[in-house]
Order: sequence, then C-alpha cells, then structure tokens
Amino acid sequence: MTEIKQVAVLGSGVMGSGIACVLANAGIPVLLLDLPAKEGPRNAMAEGAIEKQLKGGAPGFAHKKFAKLVTPGNFEDDLAKLGECDWIVEVVVEKLAVKHDVYKKISAVRKKGSIVSSNTSTIPLHELLQGMPEDLAQDFIITHFFNPPRFMRLLEVVPSPQFDAGRFKEFCDFADRKLGKGVVLTKDTPGFLANRIGVYWMTAGLIDAMKLGITIEEADAVMGKPLGFPKTGLFGLYDLIGIDLMPLIAQEMLNTLPPNDAFRELYQLPDLVKKMIAEGYTGRKGKGGFTRMAKDANGKKTKESLDLKTGEYRPEKKAKLESVDAAKLGLAALFSHPDIGGKYAAAVMLKTLHYAASLIPEISDDIYSVDQAMVMGYAWKYGPFQMIDKLAAQGKSGTEIFAGALQQAGMSVPPIIAKSLGKKLYDKDSGVRTQFSIGGKYEAVPIPDGSLMLDDLKVAGKKPVKKNASAQVWDLGDGVACLELTSKQNTWDPENLKMVAEMPEFVRSNFRALVIGTDADHFSFGANIGYFLLACNTASWWAISDMVKQGQNAFMGLKYAPFPVVSSLSGMALGGGCELQLHVDAVQAHIESYPGLVEVGIGVIPGWGGCKEYLLRHIAAGEAAQKAIAAGKRPEHLIGGGPMPAISKAFEYISMAKVAGSAAEAQEMLILNDTSCISMNRRRVLADAKILALELAHNYAPPEQRTIRLPGESGFVALKLAVDNFRKSGKATPHDETVSLALARVLTGGDTDITQEVTEQQLLDLEHEMFMELCKTNETRDRIAAMLNTSKPLRN
Amino acid sequence: MPSYSAPLKDYQFLINHFLELDKYSEIEGFAAARDLVEPLLTESAKMCEELLFPLNTVGDKQGLKYENGKVITPAGFKEAYNAYVEGGWPTLTWPEEFGGQGMPEFLNMPMLEMVCSSNLSFGLTPGLTHGAIHALLLHATDELKKIYLPKMISGKWSGVMCLTEPVAGTDLGLLKTRAEPNADGSYSITGNKIFISAGEQDQTENIIHLVLARLPGAPKGSKGISLFVCPKVLVNADGSLGERNAFSCAGIEHKMGIHASPTCVMNYDGATGWLVGQPHRGLPAMFTMMNTARLYVGVQGLGVAEAAYQNALAYTKERLQGRALTGPKFPDKAADPITVHPDVRRMLYTMKGFTEGARALALWVAREVDIAHRSPDAKVREAADDFVQLVTPILKSALTDGGFETASTAMQCFGGYGYIEEYGASQYLRDARIAMIYEGTNGVQAMDLVGRKLPFDTGRYLSRFFHPVDTFIAENRNDPAMAEFTKPLKAHVKYLQQATMWIGTMGFVNPNHAGAGAVEYQKMFSLVLFAFIWAKQAKLALALKDSDPEFYESKLATARFYFAKTLPGTISLLASITAGADTVMAEGL
Repeated sequence: MTEIKQVAVLGSGVMGSGIACVLANAGIPVLLLDLPAKEGPRNAMAEGAIEKQLKGGAPGFAHKKFAKLVTPGNFEDDLAKLGECDWIVEVVVEKLAVKHDVYKKISAVRKKGSIVSSNTSTIPLHELLQGMPEDLAQDFIITHFFNPPRFMRLLEVVPSPQFDAGRFKEFCDFADRKLGKGVVLTKDTPGFLANRIGVYWMTAGLIDAMKLGITIEEADAVMGKPLGFPKTGLFGLYDLIGIDLMPLIAQEMLNTLPPNDAFRELYQLPDLVKKMIAEGYTGRKGKGGFTRMAKDANGKKTKESLDLKTGEYRPEKKAKLESVDAAKLGLAALFSHPDIGGKYAAAVMLKTLHYAASLIPEISDDIYSVDQAMVMGYAWKYGPFQMIDKLAAQGKSGTEIFAGALQQAGMSVPPIIAKSLGKKLYDKDSGVRTQFSIGGKYEAVPIPDGSLMLDDLKVAGKKPVKKNASAQVWDLGDGVACLELTSKQNTWDPENLKMVAEMPEFVRSNFRALVIGTDADHFSFGANIGYFLLACNTASWWAISDMVKQGQNAFMGLKYAPFPVVSSLSGMALGGGCELQLHVDAVQAHIESYPGLVEVGIGVIPGWGGCKEYLLRHIAAGEAAQKAIAAGKRPEHLIGGGPMPAISKAFEYISMAKVAGSAAEAQEMLILNDTSCISMNRRRVLADAKILALELAHNYAPPEQRTIRLPGESGFVALKLAVDNFRKSGKATPHDETVSLALARVLTGGDTDITQEVTEQQLLDLEHEMFMELCKTNETRDRIAAMLNTSKPLRN
Repeated sequence: MPSYSAPLKDYQFLINHFLELDKYSEIEGFAAARDLVEPLLTESAKMCEELLFPLNTVGDKQGLKYENGKVITPAGFKEAYNAYVEGGWPTLTWPEEFGGQGMPEFLNMPMLEMVCSSNLSFGLTPGLTHGAIHALLLHATDELKKIYLPKMISGKWSGVMCLTEPVAGTDLGLLKTRAEPNADGSYSITGNKIFISAGEQDQTENIIHLVLARLPGAPKGSKGISLFVCPKVLVNADGSLGERNAFSCAGIEHKMGIHASPTCVMNYDGATGWLVGQPHRGLPAMFTMMNTARLYVGVQGLGVAEAAYQNALAYTKERLQGRALTGPKFPDKAADPITVHPDVRRMLYTMKGFTEGARALALWVAREVDIAHRSPDAKVREAADDFVQLVTPILKSALTDGGFETASTAMQCFGGYGYIEEYGASQYLRDARIAMIYEGTNGVQAMDLVGRKLPFDTGRYLSRFFHPVDTFIAENRNDPAMAEFTKPLKAHVKYLQQATMWIGTMGFVNPNHAGAGAVEYQKMFSLVLFAFIWAKQAKLALALKDSDPEFYESKLATARFYFAKTLPGTISLLASITAGADTVMAEGL
C-alpha cells in the first residue's frame, strides 16, 4: 500500500470534521471539503467546522496546532486537489443518490490506487457501489467512525470484495497504529455491529419504559452503572444524540433489514416522541428532551424530567431503587429483583441480549467482535456476550441461565447459546484468552501484534515478581520490569512509595530498565488525599512530613537510578501522578493523556520534587532557547533567558492547576520532555514504552545533579505583585493567595539571591517546608475535605 | 461496713476551674449555673449519703420479689423514691415548659454519679426514665408530649426502653414484635421482650414503655422498625388513669448484681400504643438519645469505682500488715499500715487516677452536650457535637471497664476480706460488671469507634480531639513546669496517631484489621484522652497550688503517677493493634 500521507474528508458535519481531527491529531494533512457557501467566503462551512472543533470541553483537536493541518475547501473549487490524496473519506448525507454523485466526481479526479471510503452508518456496501466505476470497487471500504471520533475508539470496517486482502490488512494496521482506532471487521449488514444492536437496545429501552411506567430517573439509574453502561443512561443518551435522529436511523434500518428481523416487530415510534420531535423537543440541541434545565419560582436553575405518562415536565426526582443496590451482587441479582428497576432491566436486556445472540453469524462470525464493537462504540463496560457470561450464578453457567430465561419468556434459544449451554462463552486456554465460536470450539481472542496490556500477562498465568499492598512489579521480558500501582485510582500511599524506593536496587540487580504503567483508564489521581486528610485531622504532622520526604526520596531515586525509567502514560496523571512524569527519563504517552500539577486545588503545592523538576525543565528549555537563538535557529520552546521567565512559566501553570488536554499539550507544557513519545493506540502504549526503555538502556548514563541560581526575595516580590493583582481583581481567593505565595517562595529559591547556587536538595527542603505550612491551615483541610466529598475544588 | 462520702471538693475544682465556664458566657444557662453549684452539690450529697446509700446493701441482700406479674422492690426503696421525687431531683435538666428546671447537663452530672456510688440499683429506674423522656421529647407529637412528659419529668411516672428480644440483641434488625394499626390511630402491639430493666416495679403509679416493633409490610432488617409509646395504665382524656394496658411482666431474671433493679420479661398481648416519630424510623429515633444514654451508663462505672476506691483507701490506711521495704514506718505499732507497700500504693493511685480522670471526662462531655444544644453559633454546635460523637463510645467503655477494674482492684486491697460480703467490696464488683455489657457492649462501642466515628468525613470527629491536644502541647511547650506532662503527652499522642493512621489505611484494605484491633484502639484512645485530662488538671493544679496545697499536691501526685505508670499501656496496645487480623482470623477455634 502506498503510504497515506494526505487525506481528504468530504463533508464537514460533526462526523466529517471529527474524522479530520483524528487524522490531523496523527500528524496527517487533511483536505476538508463541503458545499460552497452561497454568499460570503466560499469555504465558510468547512472553516466553521474547523473552528468548532477547537472549542468546548472536549474539542476534536488534541492540540490547536493540529488545526493547521486541516485545509478547508469546497466541492466546486477544490475537487482537483483530491488527485493528491491517498485516502478520500466520504462523510456526506445518508442519501444514496448524493453519495453516488460524490463518488462519480471523486472517480474523475482521484489518483490511481487511492483509497475511497464511506462513513455510512446504514447503507450496505453493495448498494454504495452499484453502478459505480469498476475501479472504485477495488479501492473501496466502509470506514464507520463513532461520535465523537476523537474519543470513541471503534472503527467498523467493511472492505469491498474486490479490495486486495493484503492491502486491506495494511490499511487496518494504519488505522490501528496511526489513528489509534480499535478496528473491527464487520460483514456488509445493515447498521453493521454496534448500531445494529445499539439501536435495538435504545428502542427496547424506550418502549419498555413506557410499557412498565418506570420514570426517566429510574430507567437511567438502572440502564447506567449497574449494567456497565455510561452513567448518562438510556434517556440521557437520547437527549445527547438527538431524539429526532432515532426515527431516521430506524427508517434506514427498516429499509434494509432482513424481512424477519426482530427489530421490525419491536420498532414503533411512541406518539409522545412524535409530538416531541414535531414541537422541537429533540434533546440537548433542541428545546429540551427527556430532561431539561428550567428555572423554578425563585429563578434557580433546576433539572426537570419528562413524565412519560402525561408528557409534562416536572422537577427531577432522584431514583431510589433497591435493584440498583442488588446489582452489586451481579447481573442475575439485578434481573431477578422484583422492583420496577429489576423488571425493566430484565425486560430490555433479555430482548437485547437475545437479539445480539441471534445475529451470530449473520453480522459477525465471532462474538468477540460484537462485544468489542459495543465496548468501543457505545462505551459499554461489557459487550452482550460478556454480559451473558456474567449471568452465571449458583454453579450454573451464564448461558444456561440465559437460555432458561429465554424459554420462560417464550423466546427461542439462538444457536450460539444452544451450543454453548453449560459452558463459558469466554475462557482461557494455556495462557490465551479464548472465545466460543459458532463452530462449537474455542478459538483464541485476537490480540493485535505489538500491543500489550498487563492483563495479558495475568491471562498468561504470569505472577508479579514483587508485590505489596498497593503496588506490584511485572517482568515484561527482555530485561524490562513494569511497576504497576494497585491502589484505588492508582493513588500514591506510603506502601507504593516504598515500592518505588525499592526499585533502584531491585531493578539494577534483576533488569535493564523500568517501565511504570497501568491498565486502568487513568495513570494516577495523585496522592491518596484521604490519607492526608486523616493525618491533618489527627494533627499527625509527622505522618505528612514522612510521606513528603518518602515521596521526594522515592522520585529522586528513580531520577538518578542507574537504568532508564519510562512512564507508560494514559488518561489522567494528576498531582503526584504528574510529578512522577517529571522524574522519569521519558514518557511514552497515549495521545489521550491528561497530566497536570493540580495540587493547589487542595490547598498545597507539589511536594515530591514537582516544583523543583518543573522549574528545572523550564530553566533548561530557556537555556536551550538562548543557545538556539544564538546559533540562528528556531528554538523548540520560547522561553527567555535568566531564571525569571522560567520561574514565571512554572508559577503560572502550577498556580492555575493547569491540566494538559492531550499528550501534545503536555509536550508544549514541558511535562513531557524531548525524549518522550506519543502512542495513538491505548493498547500499544505499554509495548511502545518497553521499546523506548530498551532503546534508552543502550549505554545508559543517569542525569547529573545540577545547581541553579535563583533570585530569592527579589523574584518573590515580583510574583507577589502578580498575586496581589489577582487577589484585588477577585480572580484569586484568600487561600489562593496563601498557596500561591508558598509556591512563589519555593520557585524563587527561598532565602537566596542570584549570586548563590541552589542545590536540588535545598529546593526539596523548601517544598517540604511550604507543604507542611499549608497542611496546617484549616483552609487547606477544608479544601481536601471538599475534594473528597464532592470531587470539586473548594474556592476558599 | 462500707461508707460513702461524696467527692465534693473534686467537683468544685472541676466545675469552677476545669470546665472553663467563663469562656462560654454567651451560652444560655452557663452563667446562672455558677450560683447553683454549691447548693446542688451539698443537697445531692446529703440525699445520696443519707437516703440512698444506707439502702444499698439492703437492696443487694433482700433483692426483689415477683408475684403474679407484680414486682416488689426491697424495703425502703419505694419511700426513698418518693423522697427523691419530692426533692425534685428528676427534673433538673428538662425544659421548663414540661415542668423541668432547664439546667445544663453538666450540673446534673455530680448528682448522677453520687446516686450510682451510693445505690446503683436504685438509680437505674430514674436513669431509664431519663432516656425515655429524651426520646419522647425529640420525636413524639405535641399531643403525646403533653400527656406523658410532665408526669415522667416530675418522676411520678417512670419510663422504660423495650428493645431486646430473645433473638434480637445487638442486631435489632432481627426483632419480631408486631404493631397493627387500629381504627382510632393507635396501634396494637404484640410480642415478647426480654432484659427490660424496670419494666415493672411498685415505685410509680404508671410505667411508660417505649417499644420497638414492626408495622405490617415493613421492610426487613433495621430499616423496618418503628417506635411506640405504651403506658402500663392507659391515660384518659382528662389525664386521669384509666384501664390497665394489655401487657404484663412474665418474670424477672436472677442476676449477678444490681439485685434491686428488676430485669423483666415483658409480654405484649395486643397492647395499645402510639407511634413516636416516623414509621420505620424507630432505630434512628432511639439513636438520637443514645449518646446521652451511653454517657450515663459510663457514669455508672465511675460511680461504683468511686465508692469502691473510697472504701479500699480507708481500709488500707487502717490495715496493719508487714513492714515497709525500707524499714518500719510505725515502729511503735505491731505492723505498718499496708499503704507503705509500693504495690498497694500502685493500686490506690491507679484507682484515684481513674476516678478523678473519669469524673473530669464525664463533666467535659456533659459540657459539650450542652454546647451542642445551646450555643448560638452553628459551627460551635457542630464542633461540640462532633466531639460528643467521637468520645461517647470511648467514655462508655472506658468508664465501665474502669468501673469493674477498680472494683476488682479495691477488692484486692481488702485481701481475703474483700471476698466476704459484709465488707461491701463484693457488691461493687458484681454491680459494676453489667455496665460493660448493656447499652451496647464495650466491643460494640469499639466497632462504633473504628467503623463509624473514626472514618466519619475522613477524621472530622477525630480532629475535635487531636487538634485541641496539639494546640495544648504547643501552647505549653515553653513552660518548664509543664514539661514533665507535655513531653510524654506528645509522645503518646503520636502513638495514638500511629494507631489511627494504621487503622485508617489498613482497615480500608481489610475491615478485619480494624475489627481485630478495635477494643485495643478504644483502650488506647482512652489512655491518651485521660492523659490530656491529667495534663490539664496538672496545669490548673500548678496555678492554684497555693490556694489549697493539700488538694492540689494530691492532684499533681496523681497526674505524675498517671503519666509514669498508667499511660505507658499505649505502647503494648499499639503493638497489638498493628499486629492486625491475621492471627485473630486464623483457623483454630
């Protein structure tokens, strides 16, 4: 396959522009085309779409710099540019005639051998290719992304029968490694895998809710966490995607589904929903949906829910269901619970799981693909077949219990279930995860080459080589050890810090390099603040002091260890989790990594060397910039000479508790150093980290201790002025001021002046001193307590 | 023959100095309390020493009689009760609108201790009435309050708490007594209760039973229990007494001690009752009064300990046996008094350190109860209530454990005579034992401490103890005269912090770790709590020494003994706590 160096995305709607972002985030230039504007700038549509992807809480671009890789254009003026593209993604409206028209235009200009793909969610491939030029079929794939494309990992792909198998494999590999997608091969059936089941589930959830008379709050309480679904729940999902979208998709499905498909029997659009759509109550984008925000008599914002019986809004009423508690004992306990939550869950899920099981092998030959599609495309914690296994109770297999329930409900038992009665659908065999196949045998669950999760080692029967109450060490092979935190939310506590402190000696005598990583969604939420709060409340200042020193020594031990240390980073790495990133030789970061020194949120400052390392990073970057400028080169990071610009930058980020929005932002913020690398696929981060660690292990020499000159009092006064201004303008609270000044004192070196050399240990001692002072204030104690109780920072 | 004399001097010291009342002048009733201290102490001492104490051995020897559903109290008890009521003693702390005197709790505390010292069995009936009044006051409708409270507060009627059933002790979720609604809004209660203290007696014309029962269709477990008020004699609309209610006493238990307090088996056969508080919210309603109820049970331990200690002290000063190890002290006598022997002195100081520390603690907590109810500042109320929440299980268990241990130590001081009934030491030992069991066993208190109080808001309750101690140590750091107290205090506070952090983290990993060390943690906490109290008493003694050298030198000597000989127990407890649950949970029983 020719390398994909330039891509065109046709259609700049939410999906089109989102796909453009995915490509740009991977460093690939994209041409984003849409219809020309009737008046004003011709590219207004595409330009507006790019603009939109830069905004909001979860922008499509991982860094604003990636927007520069997307060139806006329009179908009329820029069509010829498609000739330069290696891949053309069509994301236009779901109308066959429109798509055919687009394909004809593409065919006229595209270069030979370029890939053309459609992001259709419902139209079968054979219909898309009907009457199209012969050579299009050889180059055509369906590439079905999920919304929002940056964050949803699933990519469903259907190659045309004429597409070369080897080339297709290369394309999948590209989508996996370069775009970071979980690629699932599906058959050319309506709605492919995820939407086929997802739309059925959402329809059943709506209809059964109305039938049973369950409230929206109750339905969402059950159809959320208890079943491993996102906490938005089912009605929340309707409101999110747009209630009007459902009948459109359903209609598409009805047009193409087989005549006896169960969805035909199930589907109906309730009058209430028809009325809502007609009146513009289409969800969050409309006047409201199944829930809406309204103002009460006192003008206070309140959440309202729709009464499914009357069609009127009423104040939200938190659901209280025993079945939700029962779900903690397992799915079987939830489904058999007599309250309305249990009945609703049983009714909807029995149908949905039955539907999914009866679609094997129609939509997919293997159950794992189906499960993966739901996990990656709908953010379900478990796919339908994994759920069936989870029904196991009292010595009976999940399939047995499921089959029993189906028979009791007068439903047929699908072949895959009939064949697997009494067995698990997923099992393990000689260290390999296996799945029950329609042929009646167990087959290996495919794991992409060169990807690695710690769970793979567990499945393979490996045991940690070292372990304590909140950390363990794995042997990754080839002389690389992996330290995994096992505490709740991977928080740091005295136990896992002790383990870190033992690493220099342990790894030196047994391994060549150390990787620190986790399978969890988030690397670490920092220090166990419950421990800190208990210590503060019991005035156990010695415990806090000990833990600060313990962390400082542990992280210093990693920094100066005689072997390379690489962090395998993904998700949040806050506070102490971020401080660790600052002490390792390199970070192998998933693109979706969010590190940040957020300590001020709980009224303290980084105390495990975070202030010191972050300051050193900025000073070194400033020195490099000066050198580059002197040599007439463009500097990597624009930081002025002398300590003050570096101090100011570090002060700004730490005092604002700024969290990077991606690995790319973390690079810019200097949380990741120049040796660090980015992986696009979550499943590959650890494997990539291992490779990086081994590269660094060649002729490894630990860094040298350095001293720096800091301004002391004079610099402190300058920062204090800035803090005063923030305070006066109301941007900083009284305790913000206290914390900022403590931070300023550390970053300016305490009682020093520019003529003196400050050592790393002196800076660590300053961090310790200021940390202890802050811990003893009631305001810091209140901040920690608020964070524990509400997960939100207290502004006191 | 035992004797008893109320510790008035210690009470004067504690109320006038230790409680720092002048710091709380904004709190209603505190300023006025000053003038009441003297007469209250004198009068309650008189009542206890002269009226109740002489009946103590009578009650123990004569015991109770049960005849056809009736319980007959020992000779003199009925008359003593009438005198107690006529003296207005039950009314001190209750609201004036129901006939009470509205005094702070801490003013009630001396009288309560004195009653327990002089006659524990006698004190239980009014003590239970106190709890029942509290529950009605907090949860009953105005109508019910009007009917019952004035007569219960005056002491004319008594009140009892009916919780336990044969299969439902600590785990009240298992209880079976049923309550069926009647057409007139009342309920018919049917079931059996056991261990009902003062469920039946002949001292009052009516006995108001507060009964836990289940409504039809109530949820299983502790969330389906409701509270009902059932009078022994139904009350007519005009307040006069009507028909006998349909319940009866089926017998009384034969017990190790408190022989004059009836422990009844009660049968409810469709007894008429009225709902108190919300349906299914009976347990929470009971728990709102549990803190004060447990405080009073703790004081029972203190009261018995005080009486036992006084008698042991008097006896050892008289008893001549052996010679001092360093040579005769009284060569003219046949032998030295046994107070010359180090081990006898150790026992006496141990008892003194306990009783005087416990008395200060009880008063301190009572003052915090008052602040929690009376302060105009919500934050101050919260802080005080937090402290009461934290200390209640510690106080209940430390004072009742200490009560029994002191009674046992006192018996030891008597040698062989201690084991003979007529010297009185035996009755104190027998009477003291029950307080470690009822109102939540001390093991249950420990589970409350480590399972609920310690983790609450990640240590918010704890902060109400540790921060004042931390401040006290810091404030007195530069006082050389206090160094002998603050230095060990700081060291042992740290041991307690270590234990707390250990339970806080390891108990989170495995709750058995918290459970296995709970009782030891409770003991350790009480040792350090007492150390704080002794350091504060020492500070006051140093300042006030000249005003009463004998009293304050004795305080200082006791404080020094406590720090040197009692407090170091924390070290072994810490070792035991941090040993964890593995050996406890191992197979082998």
